[in-house]
Formats: sequence, structure tokens, C-alpha cells
Amino acid sequence: MTASRIPPADGTVAVVTDPARPPGRARPARTTAKQIRRSAWLFLLAPCALFLIFVLLPNVIAAVLSFTDYAIVGDTAWVGLENYARIVDDPYFWIALRNTAYYTALFVPMGFAIALGAALLLNRSRRAVRLFRTLFYVPVVSSTVATATIWYWLLNPQRGLLNVVLGWFGIDGPAWLYDSEWAMFAIVLMSVWATFGTNMIIFLGGLQGVPRDLYEAARLDGANAWQQFRYVTLPSLSRTSFLVSTLLIIAAFQVFDQAYVLTKGGPGNSTITMVYYIYDKGFGALEMGYASALSFVLFLIIMIFSIANAWISHPREKRKAAPR
Amino acid sequence: MTTISRPGVDDRVRSHSAPARRNTKPRRAGVTTACWYVAVVALSVVTVAPLVWTLSTALKPAGEILGGALNLIPENPTLQNFREAFTAVPFARYLLNSLIIGVGGAVTNVFFGGLGGYALAKLNFRGRKALFALFLSSLMIPGIVTMIPSFLILRYFPLAGGNDLLGQGGLGLINTYWAVLLPGAAGAFAVFFMKQFFETLPDELGEAARIDGASEFRIFAQIYFPLAKAGLAVLAILTFQAGWNNFLWPLIVLNNQEMMTVQVGLASFVNNYETNFGPLMAGTVLASLPVLAVFIVAQRYIIEGVAHVGSR
Repeated sequence: MTASRIPPADGTVAVVTDPARPPGRARPARTTAKQIRRSAWLFLLAPCALFLIFVLLPNVIAAVLSFTDYAIVGDTAWVGLENYARIVDDPYFWIALRNTAYYTALFVPMGFAIALGAALLLNRSRRAVRLFRTLFYVPVVSSTVATATIWYWLLNPQRGLLNVVLGWFGIDGPAWLYDSEWAMFAIVLMSVWATFGTNMIIFLGGLQGVPRDLYEAARLDGANAWQQFRYVTLPSLSRTSFLVSTLLIIAAFQVFDQAYVLTKGGPGNSTITMVYYIYDKGFGALEMGYASALSFVLFLIIMIFSIANAWISHPREKRKAAPR
Repeated sequence: MTTISRPGVDDRVRSHSAPARRNTKPRRAGVTTACWYVAVVALSVVTVAPLVWTLSTALKPAGEILGGALNLIPENPTLQNFREAFTAVPFARYLLNSLIIGVGGAVTNVFFGGLGGYALAKLNFRGRKALFALFLSSLMIPGIVTMIPSFLILRYFPLAGGNDLLGQGGLGLINTYWAVLLPGAAGAFAVFFMKQFFETLPDELGEAARIDGASEFRIFAQIYFPLAKAGLAVLAILTFQAGWNNFLWPLIVLNNQEMMTVQVGLASFVNNYETNFGPLMAGTVLASLPVLAVFIVAQRYIIEGVAHVGSR
């Protein structure tokens, strides 16, 4: 489509302006600058159009909806801040928020530590590294739904692999997904298992950028392995750590698939997450106005945590970025 | 590590710094290596065992699943579970739907993402930086905010699916492939990814062609696009995987059983086959096999691609 349109345009521009060509190289540069500008916008037409229709417009609509009682069917009225006021008094919102906070509080540090640990393990020049890198990454490839069904079987209280293995060590495993105390923790375990590979690869990239001579210098100063990690590796990774923790926080607050597939929010509402609740309100109860308000509240929460995370990581990052 | 196993070399390098440790080094290195292998093998078991167990369950007859749950190799391997998955629900149809959505998403993102990324990386125009920042910021907005409005936009899409010019009367693009393909056809991620890739290619190639009078599209299509094959392949694989594995959005916009994707079908399987683990695991294997196959073939590129994006 774009192909057929551009060449004639180029041709005509070149022909029309050719006779007026002043000596030297200045003129072709000017016409091509114009052509380039036009082509650039043409090339970006599809992403820009889709951005307007499916990012910008939806955000505006969501903002408007959140002040109405829109429900697809029936009349729609402007309700002002009523939806937001209702959120404060909605016990399920607080349950969902508490569950999501619990999930985030476990998932982010665990996901971070295990990804970093695995990356440290793999950060050496051995031939076997590539094999193990692949094996560590394999869970990432399956979908969250497939992961959930795998773990649904794995976590089966009587015959699941996990409780059978725990039984070998004399541990009587909990009923996991059927126990309101353990269900969310099981979902955390499953999510960490399924996603740490991606962050491990990101950390590996970061580790390979740490200058070797820093370790040499630390060793000369008599630093042990822990000190090298604490004072060389960790500070050098601050940018990568910031990226990984941000990705983890954004993902954690939007957990949905596992809770939907495995527990439908149960048992005893212990796995209702924010996105699950918004989905349920918006597409189950069709209270789209209220659901939009909820989604903005979630957006706000994610932003606050991301900014807090940036604020915590910032001083270190600055110190590191300065000498570059 | 390799230098440590050759004490002669090692000593010459280090003797001035740590002479006292000279004798203990090789043995300690051996212990470290052993510990390393224990750690990586243990972690590999944790990541791989559930998948092996899933496959093994899928191949076991019902009695064996409930009886000898732990033997990894089925005594009487059977394809009965797979047969049941295909007959109980239109699983073949689900696979086809997911394939169309996965491949369609990969093709449109490679083309539009390549074109857009190229423009942002190689063409100078006013507003370039602002536009890039805008795309990048859209990656930060949680999908949940745009979920309901995007659904409404697709449902009231003018002149589609029985809708009139004002978007009334029909279901719009809901329950069509477009409902999934259109919103993600030229994602910000694809543009961002390809911009980073094109920036690594030299400007001179395009300038030379421009002096020869080549059109901008030809410069892109015949010079830069072929050079970006590696990046485009990674992008194609990542978008295929994302499309194949996507759950929440297809769940919302495709609710006709004929249109369901593998993931949505599998999720409803859990409810209908609560304790019937054989067919459920067979479905899980079927839902994972295509992405797993792609991963095994192209794993090096995928991992490098993820590292590439992460390093920015």
C-alpha cells in the first residue's frame, strides 16, 4: 500500500525541483529532507493510527466512563465522583487490594532474588552454561494458562508431585489451592517459576557488562566473594536491577491469568486480585463505569510504586552514570 | 575458571598478589565446580520436572494416573487422552484460531514495526523524539485501563459486523480475528524493538542509495529490511509467542466457541475436567507444543533478543 504511493511522489518532487538546482550539494539535501519527513510519517502511519485508536482514545474513554454508571445496556448517567467514593466503601476492593499487595510483596523479592541468583550461577565461561541457560528458560515459553494447568496438577493435594515429594521428607503438604491460607502463596510460587527466566536473561546481560578489572581490584583489596558481590556486582547492576524490579512490580499488580484459571478468586476470596475484580465488575456484572474507576485506581497504585522504586534506585544510578 | 586448572599459568599471573593461596587453589576450584553443578542441576530439575511430568501424565491411561502417579515413564503409553481432548471440545479449531492470531500478529508487527522502527531510527524529522517518547510511555500504561474502552471501540466499530455508520446494530469486530489482531497489529513494543535494531546499522548505506535516487521505501525495503533479518526474526518469534500465549484479551473479545483460542479453551477445560487430569494434561501439551518447538529451534535468537531489549 505504502509502496505504490511513495515512488511517484519521490519522482515528481525530484523532476519538478531539478531545473532550479543551485550549484553545490546544498539543494538535494533540502528536498530530500522534505521527502524524508513525508516518508517518515507515512511509515509511521499504522503505528500512529493504532496508537490513537487503541491507546490514546481508550484512555480518554476510560477517564470519561469512570465518572458515569455506564453498563452497555440501559441508560447512562453522569455520576461525578460517585464511583471513586464507592471504591472506598467497597469491601471487595480492599480484599482484592490486600490479596494483590500480598502477591506483590512475595512475588517481587522472590522473582528478583531467584532471577539474580540464577544469572550469577550462569555468569561464567563454561560450555555447560548454554545448556543450563536453556533449561532455566524453558518455563517462560509456556503460557500462563498452560503453567496454571501444569501447577493445578502439580499442586493436587493427594497425588500432586509437590506434596508427594514433600511427603518423602515427612512433610504433610497443605491443600494448596483448596486452602485459603496457601492458595495465593501457591500462585506466587507458580508465577516465580514461570517468569524468572526472562529476568535472569536480563540480569545476565547486565552482569556481562560489569568490568572485569573491578573484580581484580576488589580481590587485590582482599574482598571475599560476598564483599565482591555487595560492593562490585550489585552497584554495577543498579540500572538492570531498576529495570527488573520495575517490570516485576508492573506485572505483579496485574496478576490475573493464574487466579482466573485455578481458583476463580477462591477459596474464601483469598485469590481475588485487582485485575480479576476489575474483569469481574466490567465483564461479569457489566458495571463498566465502576470498573473503569477501579482500573484508574490500580493505575495510580502501580505508578506510585514504580515512582517509589525509581526514587529508591535513583541515587545509586546517578553515582554510577556520572563517570560514564 | 580454565586458567585455574592450569596452575603454572595461574601462578605466574597471581603469585605477586596471593602467594599463600597457591596450593589450595586447584582443590578449591574442584569443590566450587562440583557445587556449581549441583546447584545448576537442582535448579534445572525444578524448571524441567513439571514439564516432563505433564507430558508423562498426558501419555498415561486414567488408571495409571491415579495409581502410580510418580513413575515418569508410562507403563502403558496411550494417546487416548489426546483423542479425548480433540473430541470433547473443538480443540483442532482452537489450535487453528491461535495459529492465525499468532502468525497474523507476527506478520503485521514485523512489517509495521519494521517500517516504524526504521523511520524513528534512520529518518530525520521534527517530532521524532517526542513520538518515540509517546510510544515508549504507552508501554508503561497497564493494559487493564484500556481494556474496557478497547472492547467498546471494537464492538461499536462503524460498518463492521452488522454495525451501521454510527456503530449501532451489530457486534462490530467482537468474535472476529480482527478483535485480537487489530489493536496489536503495530505494537509500541515492535516499533521500539526495531528502532533499537536499526540504530545498529550504518547510515551510509541509505545515504548512498538516496544519492542514486532511490525512493525512501525502496531504501527501506531493499537495503535495510534484509539487513535486519536477525532482529525481525526475533521480533516475529516473540510476537508469535505473545499472540499464542495471550489469554485475557481473547477471553474478552472472542466468546463464541468457534473463535476461541487454545488458551481460552484450555482454561475452560480446567472447569469441565476438574479431576480428569489425563485429557487436561494432553490439552496443556498441545497448547504448549508449538511455542516450545519454535523455542527449541530458535532459542539462541530468542534469548539474545530478550537480552538485547533488556540491555536498553
